[in-house]
Amino acid sequence: MVAITINGERRDVAAEPDKPLLWVLREDLALVGTKFGCGVAACGACTVHVDGQAMRSCSVLLEQVAGREVVTIEGLGGERLHAVQMAWIELQVPQCGYCQPGFMMATAALLKEKPKPTDAEIDAALTNICRCGTYQSIRKAVHRAAALTEARR
Amino acid sequence: MKFTRRKLIIGGTLSTGALVVGWWFAHERDRLGGRDTFKARDGEVALNGWVKVSRSGTIIVAAPRAEMGQGIHTALAALVAEEMDAKWEDVRVEDAADLGIYRNVEMLLEDARAQDPGLMRDIALWAGSRVAGILGVSATGGSTATRDAWEPMRLAGASARELLLRAAARKAGVKQADLMIVDSRVSTRDGKQVATFGELVDAVGKLQPLDGVPVKKPADFKLIGKELPRLDVAAKVTGTATFGVDVRLPDMLYAAIANSPVFGGKPKGFTIPTGGLPKGVVKVVELPTAIAVVGDSWWKAQRYLNEQLKIQWDDGPNAKLDSATLMRDYEAQSRAVGDAAKTRSFQTAPVAQRPMERGIEATYRAPYLAHATMEPMNCTALFVDGRLRLWMPNQSPSLMRYVAAKTAEIDQAQVTIHTTYLGGGFGRRAEPDLVRQAVAIAKAVPGKPVQVMWSREEDMRHDFYRPMAVARMQARASKEAAWEWRCRLVGQSATGQFIDRVLRLGEQGDPDGNSVERPPYGFPSYRLEAVVPKGPVPVGFWRSVGHSHTAFFDECFLDEVALAMNKDPLALRRELLKDQPRHLAVLDAAAKAAGWGTPLASGIGRGIALRQSFGSIVAQVAEVAIEGGAIRVKRVVCAVDCGRVVNPAIVRAQMESGIVYGLSAALYGEITIKNGAVEQGNFPDYDVVRLADMPVIETVIVGSPDSPMGGVGEPGTPPIAPAVGNAIFALTGKRLRSLPFKLA
Repeated sequence: MVAITINGERRDVAAEPDKPLLWVLREDLALVGTKFGCGVAACGACTVHVDGQAMRSCSVLLEQVAGREVVTIEGLGGERLHAVQMAWIELQVPQCGYCQPGFMMATAALLKEKPKPTDAEIDAALTNICRCGTYQSIRKAVHRAAALTEARR
Repeated sequence: MKFTRRKLIIGGTLSTGALVVGWWFAHERDRLGGRDTFKARDGEVALNGWVKVSRSGTIIVAAPRAEMGQGIHTALAALVAEEMDAKWEDVRVEDAADLGIYRNVEMLLEDARAQDPGLMRDIALWAGSRVAGILGVSATGGSTATRDAWEPMRLAGASARELLLRAAARKAGVKQADLMIVDSRVSTRDGKQVATFGELVDAVGKLQPLDGVPVKKPADFKLIGKELPRLDVAAKVTGTATFGVDVRLPDMLYAAIANSPVFGGKPKGFTIPTGGLPKGVVKVVELPTAIAVVGDSWWKAQRYLNEQLKIQWDDGPNAKLDSATLMRDYEAQSRAVGDAAKTRSFQTAPVAQRPMERGIEATYRAPYLAHATMEPMNCTALFVDGRLRLWMPNQSPSLMRYVAAKTAEIDQAQVTIHTTYLGGGFGRRAEPDLVRQAVAIAKAVPGKPVQVMWSREEDMRHDFYRPMAVARMQARASKEAAWEWRCRLVGQSATGQFIDRVLRLGEQGDPDGNSVERPPYGFPSYRLEAVVPKGPVPVGFWRSVGHSHTAFFDECFLDEVALAMNKDPLALRRELLKDQPRHLAVLDAAAKAAGWGTPLASGIGRGIALRQSFGSIVAQVAEVAIEGGAIRVKRVVCAVDCGRVVNPAIVRAQMESGIVYGLSAALYGEITIKNGAVEQGNFPDYDVVRLADMPVIETVIVGSPDSPMGGVGEPGTPPIAPAVGNAIFALTGKRLRSLPFKLA
C-alpha cells in the first residue's frame, strides 16, 4: 500500500511501488483523463502535477510520489473550471483532444510560476507533442488563461 | 465522361468483392431512413434516420463519421440543425449504427470526380466504382464527410422540421403555414408561443417521416457559414472524452503485443521462464504474426513482454530488406524508359522541338512516413456466446465489422462496433490490423473483455507507411514559354496494397488515384508515368495520400523551371493558370496576404506552392530562416478555396493542422528499414514539430459558395513541403530535392 493524495483526496493504492504513476492513475484509480502517448517522457500527454510541479507521469514511479499531492486533469478545476480550461474552450483549442489534458496541466503549472509568460517562455516550457497541430491556438490560449487568472485575482 | 450515380450502381453490381455488396442509392432521398434506423431511448423520438428529439428538448443527430479532431461531429450536426431552425446549444451527436443510409458515398468517388476528363479520369472512375462495389462502407477518409452529408443531412433536417411543424399545428389547432420556428421553439407568425421541440415529442411520435421536403436557400442559412462552437470541446478540456484506450469494462483484461520485428516474419514459439507466469499475467497467446501477453494490467503485460518472455521469431524472406537499397532500385527504375513495369500513363500529343529550347531535369525523393497518432493503436473486444462487441477508435466501422466477423468465423450480424473518439486518425485508423489481433485474443479469453494496446514502439514499427517514392521530373521550355511537363514516379500503391491486404483480392497494380497528378498548369504537353513496385513494406493512407509527396515533386520542380526561364515563381504560375480562374484566385490571395514581392527582413526566404486535392485548392507562402544551422519556418500564409464553407473556424483549424502535419514530415519525418525492420521507435528518433518550431499561420478563405464543395481534412498538407523547399532555395540557393530537408 502506498498512500498518495489524488485531486485532494487521500488514497491508499495497492499497486506495485515501481509501477509508473500514469498506470496507477489509469488502471488502479480509473482516472483515464491522463493519457499514454510514448512511455518515455517525450510527448507530455501524461503530464500531471506533483506538489504543484508539472511531471510526466509515465516516468514517475508510484513510490516516488508516496505522501505527495498529485493533481490530474480531473482535479484541475475543482468547483468551477480552471482558467486554463476556460481559455481552452474560448479559443476552441482541441482537435482530436488526446494530448490536451497534458498541455493544460503543463500550462497551469507554467502560469503558477510565470503568470505572464512570453512566447519564448511558453515555447520553452511546453515541449509536449500535438499531432493535430493545435500549437497556434495553444499559444493564444496560454496568454488568454494568463489574463483570466489575473482577472480572477 | 459525365459521372452519374447510376453508372456506379452498374459498376458496383459488376464487382465481385466479398464485403457488403448490393447497396447503392439511386437518389439522396434514399438516405433519409426511417424511425427504426436511429434507435430512440426513453423520452426520445426519432424523426427519421438522422435526428431524434428528447422530451427535455435535446436534439440528437446521428454521427456516422469518426471524430478524429477534424470537427466533423460539429459540421454534420450543423447541417441538420440549420434545416430544423434548432438552437445550437440544444444539439448533440450520437454514434450511428453501421447501416446503409450512413455509408460514405462520396469517399469512393471524389478523387475521380476531381480529375480532368480523359484517360486518367476514366481509369480512376473505373477503379473507384470497383472499390465502391467492394467496400460500400461506413468510413471517414478522403476529406469527404461533409461533402457526402451535405444533401442527405440537410434533407433529414428539413424533413424533421416539417414533421415538428405538422405536430405543432395539430396541437395548437392552427394552420401549419401560420407557424414558424426560431431557436427550437414553434410559435405563430404573430409571435404566440406554441411549443418547444421537447413538448412535441409525443405528438410527433404518431406521424410518419416525410420525404422530399425542400431545403433552405443558402441566403436563409443561420448556422451554416458561422463559427459555431465545437460539440466535442467541453469533454476534451475536462478529460472526460472517451478515447479507445479509455474504455473500461467490468473484469477487463489488457493485452500487450510484440509484432514480428521483421516485415512478413512470424513467431516460431516462445519460452516462459521458470516459475511460470507472474501474478497479474494471465496468458500468452500466439497470433499469426505476433505474440500477445494478457494480464490484469497493461503495464504488467508489457513489462513481462519486454523483460521476461523469450520469443523466437522466424524472420521469413525479408530479413535483409533495406530501404537505402530499395531507394537505389527506385532511382534506377525512375531512369528506365519504355519498360513494361509502367502500369499507368497519361500523355497528350507531343510538341515538336522549338528554337532556344532548354531541357530541365531533376530527381526528387520522399521517404516512408509513419502516422504517429497521439493515441496508440488499440481495440477492446468482448466475445460471449458467439457474439462479438468491439470498442475502437476507427475510421471504418463497416470494414472493422467485416474483418472481425471473418476472423471470428461468425456472421457479421453477430458483431457490434462502438466507435469512440479517435486520438488522431490521419488514415492509420482505416486499417483493420488491430481488429484481427483483438478478436483472436478475445476468443482465447471468452467472456472477458480484453483491451489490446500497442506500445509507441510497436506503433512506429508496424504502421502502414506513406510509400517511399522517387520521381524523375523533366520539362522543356524557352525563356518565353514552357511547353512540356514530364513525371515518372516510382512508388508502392497504398490503395492497391490495401485492397489485397484487407480484402485478400490479390495486389492490384493500379497506382493510387492521386499518386501521379496532372498539375492544373497549362503546359501544352504532358507525359505522366507511374511505376508501381510491389513489396513487403506495409503502405497505407497517410493524410493527403499521394499528394503528400507528389505536390512536393511538382511544385519544387516548377520553381526549377521558373529559374531556368528566369521568371519569378509566382509570375510563371500565374501565366500557366490563366485559364484556371479558381486556382488563380487562390494563388493571388496567398501571394497578396503574404506580401509577395515586398522586401523581407535579411535572412528570410520566401517560397510559394499550390495544390488541388480532395476537391479543394490550397496555396501557401512560407517564410523561412536558417538559425543555428537549422531550418526555421517563421510564417505560413495559406489561402484555401473549398467551395461552400460550413464552419470557417473549423476550416482554418484544419488548414493549420494540415500544415503542421506536413511540416513535421518536411523537417523531420523519415522511416528507414534495415535488416527487414524499422529503425525508428519513438518520438526521440521520429521527431515532430513542437511549439518552438511553430510558425505563425495566417489562413485566408477564398469564398466560392457556388463551386462544388471540397474537403478540408487533407488539402492543407500537400503545399507546405514545397513552399518551404522553395523558400530554402530563395534563401540559400540550395535546391533540396529529398525529404526531409537536410541542409548538409
